Amino acid sequence: MSETPYRDIIKQGLWDNNQALVALLGLCPLLAVSSTAINGLGLGIATMVTLTITNMLVASIRRWIRSEIRIPMFVIIIACVVTAIELLMSAHLYDLYLVLGIFVPLIVTNCAIIGRAEAFASKNNVLLSTLDGIVMGLGFALVLVILGIFREIIGYGTIFRNADLLLGQWASSLTVTVLQDYQGLLLAILPPGAFMGLALLIAVKNKIDNLKAYRAQRQASISVTLQATQT
Amino acid sequence: MAMGNQYKSIMLTGWLLAISALLGTALMVLVNWHSEPYIKYNERQVLLRSLNTVIPVGSYNNDILNDSTQVFSRELLGSSEPSIIYRARKSGKPVAAALSVTAPNGYGGPIILLIGIDYSGKITGVRVVKHRETPGLGDSIEIQRSNWIEIFTGKTRYNPGESGWRVKRDGGEFDQFTGATITPRAIVAAVHKALIYYEQNRELLFKE
Repeated sequence: MSETPYRDIIKQGLWDNNQALVALLGLCPLLAVSSTAINGLGLGIATMVTLTITNMLVASIRRWIRSEIRIPMFVIIIACVVTAIELLMSAHLYDLYLVLGIFVPLIVTNCAIIGRAEAFASKNNVLLSTLDGIVMGLGFALVLVILGIFREIIGYGTIFRNADLLLGQWASSLTVTVLQDYQGLLLAILPPGAFMGLALLIAVKNKIDNLKAYRAQRQASISVTLQATQT
Repeated sequence: MAMGNQYKSIMLTGWLLAISALLGTALMVLVNWHSEPYIKYNERQVLLRSLNTVIPVGSYNNDILNDSTQVFSRELLGSSEPSIIYRARKSGKPVAAALSVTAPNGYGGPIILLIGIDYSGKITGVRVVKHRETPGLGDSIEIQRSNWIEIFTGKTRYNPGESGWRVKRDGGEFDQFTGATITPRAIVAAVHKALIYYEQNRELLFKE
């Protein structure tokens, strides 16, 4: 771990080890629910909350988990947290549950959660693990929303349609019609659109990373030649 | 000696896992026990809300949630399971009924509808409760997306007549929407059948 673990964790979660773009974990909920930006936001929030809580729990009992049974223990913890969230939400936040409720059980199928429990929370303290959960969840949520926006513009010609379902009545004015008189392209909303959109996002990220690496390399070689000419 | 230690270690691990699973289950039982009454209450509120979208609030004064009956007609109500019918009364006199009906031949599978019909046989409202139609095409049947479903309000079995109870493409009176004919066709047929069922069974439905 580097000297500034917090910065490192944040950078890992949002970019270098983004669960959706790099680790490619949690594809099932990612592809199924990103048909609109608001759907993506809903699942993103739900995933973030769950990931933060499970990371926190796993980190706080990591000393008592024997390594032979750690995976089933993680499964128990994650299943319990997801079930508890779903039950408590439907009991006390029913209107929110009607909107997010369908997303919550989907989280169980998200391998990113068990992935973070195994790779990070079982080896680090509670504070760092909680931060890791928040940031990894945020990175996942951002990809969901961006993919949602992309598919929604092509599929419906709007952004943030049905925002009022998630955010309340005031948000119905949030819908932006990007393309007037647009007939819509059904393909973008159906599953193939999800795969294509995700592929494009990954390609863009790789392109940016390659450019960065190329610049860094050139910088290095320039300084080497400079040094060579000086001597 | 080493054998014994290994055995002990395996047993300990096994017990640890078993106890954790038990603990997790117990915790879930507690959470469930705590939230169950709240969830029941919330579900009833939502049911009441949706009943009030097909039967005007104020037109009845009975406790409609506790005034229901179960009926069965595979042919006319579309489901192989009994359907629930809620009965609205005003001071004991029948006002309207809300029928839970299945349109079995939707594009993405069965579509569940809630249909309000007043005592005289006029439709007071139709809502889609559950469906799996194509997003962006067939889902215009949802009231949140389009007001298409309102076209049934005020219709009866005889208005339009037998041949009118079809989508326009089939020579009837009801609009289909672009790109989707199967979905509206399934719903028009289901509403029509519900009206026929209601007419044939009205007195039976309102029996205490």
